[in-house]
Amino acid sequence: MTPLPLAPIVLTPLVVLALATVLTWVERRLLGLWQDRYGPNRVGPGGMFQAVADGIKLLFKQDWVPPFADRGVFVLAPAIGMMTVLLSFAVIPLAAGGIAGGLNVGLLFILAMMGLGVYAVVLAGWASDSKYALLGGMRAAAQMISYEVFMALSLLGVVMVAGSFSLRDIVAAQSGLWFIIPQGLGFVVFLLAGIAETHRLPFDLPEGENELGAGFHTEYSGMKFGMFFIAEYAGIVLVSALATTLYLGGGNGLLLPAPVWFALKTGVIVAFFILLRAGLPRPRYDQLMGLGWKVLLPLSLLNVLATGTVMMLRAS
Amino acid sequence: MLDTLRTLLLTFLHGFHRRATVQYPEQQPYLPPRYRGRIILSRDPDGGERCVACNLCAVACPVDCISLQKTERDGRWYPDYFRINFSRCIFCGFCEEACPTYAIQLTPDFEMGEYARPNLVYEKEDLLISGTGKYPGYSFHHVAGVPIPGKDRGASEHERAPIDLHSLLP
Amino acid sequence: MYVLPLLSGGLTLVGAMMVVTCPVAVHAVLYLVVTLLSLAMVLAMLGAQFAAALEIIIYAGAIMVLFVFVIMMLNLGQPDRDREKEWLRPRAWIGPGLLAVVACGELLYGLPTLSDPDGAVFPIDARDVGLSLFGTYVLMVELASFLLLAGLVTAFHIGRTLRERP
Repeated sequence: MTPLPLAPIVLTPLVVLALATVLTWVERRLLGLWQDRYGPNRVGPGGMFQAVADGIKLLFKQDWVPPFADRGVFVLAPAIGMMTVLLSFAVIPLAAGGIAGGLNVGLLFILAMMGLGVYAVVLAGWASDSKYALLGGMRAAAQMISYEVFMALSLLGVVMVAGSFSLRDIVAAQSGLWFIIPQGLGFVVFLLAGIAETHRLPFDLPEGENELGAGFHTEYSGMKFGMFFIAEYAGIVLVSALATTLYLGGGNGLLLPAPVWFALKTGVIVAFFILLRAGLPRPRYDQLMGLGWKVLLPLSLLNVLATGTVMMLRAS
Repeated sequence: MLDTLRTLLLTFLHGFHRRATVQYPEQQPYLPPRYRGRIILSRDPDGGERCVACNLCAVACPVDCISLQKTERDGRWYPDYFRINFSRCIFCGFCEEACPTYAIQLTPDFEMGEYARPNLVYEKEDLLISGTGKYPGYSFHHVAGVPIPGKDRGASEHERAPIDLHSLLP
Repeated sequence: MYVLPLLSGGLTLVGAMMVVTCPVAVHAVLYLVVTLLSLAMVLAMLGAQFAAALEIIIYAGAIMVLFVFVIMMLNLGQPDRDREKEWLRPRAWIGPGLLAVVACGELLYGLPTLSDPDGAVFPIDARDVGLSLFGTYVLMVELASFLLLAGLVTAFHIGRTLRERP
C-alpha cells in the first residue's frame, strides 16, 4: 500500500477554499469592470479582503433552522455540496500531481461526484419545506441530471482520443496538440454543461432570485448559506480546472512552469464564466431543457460519432 | 447564437470603457446650485432673521415636518421656535416656494446621516445661517410696508410717503 | 488490512436496514444512497473501479435523484409517516424477516463452498468491460437498446403537445 500523500490531502482543500473565497471578490470586481463600475474596492488593497469581511459577517449571523424544516437533511445538504466538490479536486492533476491524479477512473470519479452534487441542491430544496425552495430543488434535479448526460457524452470524445479515463494520461496525450482543436465541439458542449451543472448564471434557474426568491437556499442563512456559496465558486474552479485539464493541455506550455500555465488557463476560463454572467440573461426553463435535449445531445452524439470515425480511418 | 456571441463581445469591450461610478467620499459629486438638500434659515443683509413666522411653509409642507411658533419683538414677527424634522422631510422644496421672505432655503448639501432618529430634528439655532443664502441683497423689511424700529411707515424702498388725510393740499 | 472492506460492508448493511425501517420516505431514499455508495466502495476495493464509478454515476447520481424528485412531487406529510409506522409493526415484518433469515442462513452455509481463485485482486478496467459488453453479451446490449429506444419513442409520443382538432 502506498503511503498517503498527506501534504496534498491537507493543502488541496485549503487552497480550493481560499481560491473560492477570493473568487467571490474577483467575480464582483470583474462584473464591475464589465458593467462600467468598480465593485467592492474598500476593504483592504483594491477591496481584496471583502471576501474575508463577508465570511466574518456570515459566521456571526444567527444560524437559524426553520422550525418547519427537516432538521437533519437541512443541515446535511450544504455539507454534501461542499464535500462532493472538494472530493472532485482529489483527482485533478494539479502541480504536485494532486492526491490521486493517476486514478485510472479519474474522469468517472469526477462525474460521479458531480452526480452526487445534485443531492445538495435537491435535498436543500426539499428539507426547507417552503414552496420556493421546493421549486428550486425540482428545477435543479431535472436540469442537473439532464446536463450530466451531455457532459459525460462530450467527455467521451476526449476519452476516446486519449484512450484513458485517467486525467494524468489525458494531459500526457495532449503534449503535441491540445484537445480543444480536434474536440472543439466537445469543448463547447462541456462548457455549457459545466455552467448548467454548477447552476451558474445564465443557467441559474434553481436559484432564479427574481422568480423564486433565492431558489433552493431561500431558507438558509449564516454559514450554511456560506457553504452553498463557497461550494458554488469551488464548483466553478473545478469545472474550469477540468476544462483546462481535458481540453487545454493542463500544465503543458512553453517557457513558464506547469503550475503557472495551469493557473493561467484556469483563470481565463473562470473569467469567461464571469463574462457569461455579466452579459447574458437567464433563459426560460423550457428553453434551457430544449437547448439541452435538442441541441447539445445531438451535437455531443455527433462529436462521438465523428471522433470514432476519424479514429477508425486512422487505424486502418 | 450569433447575437449571444455579439452580446458577449460587447460586454467584454465594456471592460475598456470609462467607469460611471463616482468614488463618493473622496470624489465629491457635482451638485447644481438649485439642488434641494438640507434646509436652512437665512438672514437679512443687516443680520436680522428673515423669517416672519407666517406659517406658510408649515402649511405648504406635504409631510408636516415643519413646526414653528410666532413671537413678537419691537413690532417685528419672529419665530419663537422653528423646528424641522428631517427624518420626515422629503426635500420637495415647497416650503422654499411658499416663503414670502426668502427665509427658508434648500442648499446643495445632503450629508446629514445620523445614528439616532431624534438627532434629525433640527432646531432654529441649527437651521439659522449667518448669511443671506441665494438672495444676497434682499431684505424683506426694507421692501414691505410694515413699520419697524429704525424704519417708519412709508420709508421702504419703492414706497411713497404716507398720505396725510388731514391735509387738503394735493 | 480488512478494516476498510468490513467498514464498507457494515455500512451497506446498516444502510439497507435503515431503508426498510425509516418512516420518512426521503430519509429512506438517502439511506439507499448511502448503501449504494458503500457498495461502490466494496466494488472498488475488489478491483472493479469502473463498475464502482458507474454505480455511483447511474444509481446514486441519477436514478436516486429521480426517486427524490418523485417523492418531492408527491408532497408526503404526517399522515403518510403514521401509515408507514403502522406498517412497521412486528406483525407486518415478522414474515419477511423470517424469510430473510432463511436466505441469509443459506448464504452463510454456501459461502465456504464458493471457490476463491487465489486471493489476488484483478483490476477490471473500461476496456475489459467494453470487450465483454460488445463481445460476449452483444445480444443483451442490443436488446437493452431496443427497450430504451421503445421507451424513448413512447415518452416522446406521450409528451408531445396535442393540437386542437378542427
